[in-house]
Amino acid sequence: MDAIHTFLEVKDLKTRFHTPEGTVYAVNGVSFTLKEGETLAVVGESGCGKSVTMMSILRLISIPPGEIVSGEVTYRDRNLLKLSESEMEHVRGKEVAMIFQDPMTSLNPVLTVGRQLTETLRTHTNMDEEQSRQRAVTLLEWVGIPDAGKRLTDYPHQFSGGMRQRVMIAMALACTPSLLIADEPTTALDVTIQAQIIELVKKLKQDVGMAMIWITHDLGVVAGIADRVIVMYAGFIVEEAEVDDLYDSPLHPYTTALLQALPRADRRRDKNLKSIQGVPPNLLAEPRGCPFAPRCEFVKERCVNENPLLIETENRHKVACWVNVKTGALR
Amino acid sequence: MTRYIIRRLLQAIPLLLIVSLILFVLMQNATDPLATMGGRTPTKPEDRQRLTRQLGLDKPVYVQYFYWLVGNDWTKVDLDGDGTAETPGTRHGVLRGDFGTSIVQTGRPVTTVIFERLPNTLILMLTSEFVIVLGALFVGIYSALRQYSLFDNILTAILFIGYSMPIFFVALSSMYIFSINFQRWGLPHLPTVGMFDPKVGKTTGQILVHMILPVFSIAFISFAAYSRYIRSTMLEVLGQDYIRTARSKGLPKREVTYIHALKNASLPIVTIVGLDLPLLLGGAVVTERIFAWPGMGRLFIDGIDRGDTPVVMGIFMLIAVAVVIFQIITDIVYAWLDPRIRFD
Repeated sequence: MDAIHTFLEVKDLKTRFHTPEGTVYAVNGVSFTLKEGETLAVVGESGCGKSVTMMSILRLISIPPGEIVSGEVTYRDRNLLKLSESEMEHVRGKEVAMIFQDPMTSLNPVLTVGRQLTETLRTHTNMDEEQSRQRAVTLLEWVGIPDAGKRLTDYPHQFSGGMRQRVMIAMALACTPSLLIADEPTTALDVTIQAQIIELVKKLKQDVGMAMIWITHDLGVVAGIADRVIVMYAGFIVEEAEVDDLYDSPLHPYTTALLQALPRADRRRDKNLKSIQGVPPNLLAEPRGCPFAPRCEFVKERCVNENPLLIETENRHKVACWVNVKTGALR
Repeated sequence: MTRYIIRRLLQAIPLLLIVSLILFVLMQNATDPLATMGGRTPTKPEDRQRLTRQLGLDKPVYVQYFYWLVGNDWTKVDLDGDGTAETPGTRHGVLRGDFGTSIVQTGRPVTTVIFERLPNTLILMLTSEFVIVLGALFVGIYSALRQYSLFDNILTAILFIGYSMPIFFVALSSMYIFSINFQRWGLPHLPTVGMFDPKVGKTTGQILVHMILPVFSIAFISFAAYSRYIRSTMLEVLGQDYIRTARSKGLPKREVTYIHALKNASLPIVTIVGLDLPLLLGGAVVTERIFAWPGMGRLFIDGIDRGDTPVVMGIFMLIAVAVVIFQIITDIVYAWLDPRIRFD
């Protein structure tokens, strides 16, 4: 077998925001790897640091108030956190592209769709105006926009939400990146459009052969697309597993609770969905102990004082918890 | 678009009529044109009565307004002031382009009086506005990009000092420093008053030198408001999702700032510039007075002081029309900048 080529490796990434209310500990030492062509899902509730992690990788965090305190992001043997701003501009959009949550606000309202598509091409390739226009038409057709040639001169407000997200995707894939980071791309869309967009992205991923990181808070979406899943809580990775493993035998109490909160077709409908007790964590305090401890039904004394490290248990399944959820005893 | 412009122009007609009526009535009560007509001595009662009749001020306000609006060439007026109207009127009225004649500069048409001052004011005010907008754009964008940096903080402090100062203080201080003290210290110094040195004549160079201090005074005050406004507008735009998208595409910073951000930020900026431009026609009352700049501001103040109603009304109407026209121009620029705005 070939030696595993490090495509993307994130090591001990810490990102904070210095706000008037105090320091927000958004990402607290996140490490993970991604192989070429692999799809990784990052799951967690709002504010758990999943978006900030990915924005830190592309250095899209505004500094100040943000600060990437420490860490390494090795992408194809280059530490992205050490690159100059202009070197970074060659990575963004060309090698690593990103699509965002709300297609209604993510496109510039005063520039035509054609202009927003071609500017990426003209920044990263030697295409002239006509070539980039041709390519833009091909891209729009590829993402399933009818009458693509005529729509280049249209503005974003002339497209529906789903169509705008298709335009966003076309923009991101313009330079056939090797990694696409999708930050909840379906959250703002209604359910039928969600399914279409997911199918579209899956198909495009096949066409391009790129790796993908899919951020979501919807575990239902994950099963259909991801190879591996990372579960985040309060800026920590609490569990990491192959997608089937995670659904079959979740090891972290938070993951367990998340899965129980998910409506399922094979469960009785008269049973209420289980919700997670307590309130989401306060990120303004420096983390101490396990961040999930205040809401955890298995909580032990050790959990309050010591934060468990992410350790591999079996079969590339990693978890950060002192307790074995199957037995309820300490590990 | 053409239909929209025509509709807006038609809507302006009743608006301008109402504005002129209100201003006309207010002017009747604001001043007494006869008060200074006797020169150093107060106007004598018998002269006052004659002048009142001759100027038609004995008529009720609505008749005076009507004469002002449509003229009095269809009726007879009391030209010699003896109490009987026997001479045919000569005024054509504003609607036919006759704004009447100045009371102070006896017999000179209001349009002549205004248009000999207007270029002077436009030179001064347009230069100031140009300096203000260009400088404020530069400073506003720069400090928005470096929010809370040392540069931003120092600049904020300076701008607030500028903003809090009355313009006469800035004008007199700059005059004191750059004209009087520079001259005393034997340095090259700037002139204090007027548009040109009478010994040299009205040359471009003279006008430029004489403009420096007035432009500086006007700009110093307005600059603060403009640049703070541009800074906050830019900051708001820079925080938008589409800016993050533009950055995620790997666009160079200048393209993100000057195309993606500035085009969106320019909408509110165009609004304030569009509101300010027509008011420039009125001149800078205080600055023109201090620097003895022969512009509209001085004409206006002199007109008010001495009850020259026709001239003051002329200036008012010029500004009112300009406001209406610039509002329409602003709307057109809006539609050009923001594709979401359409008027059809």
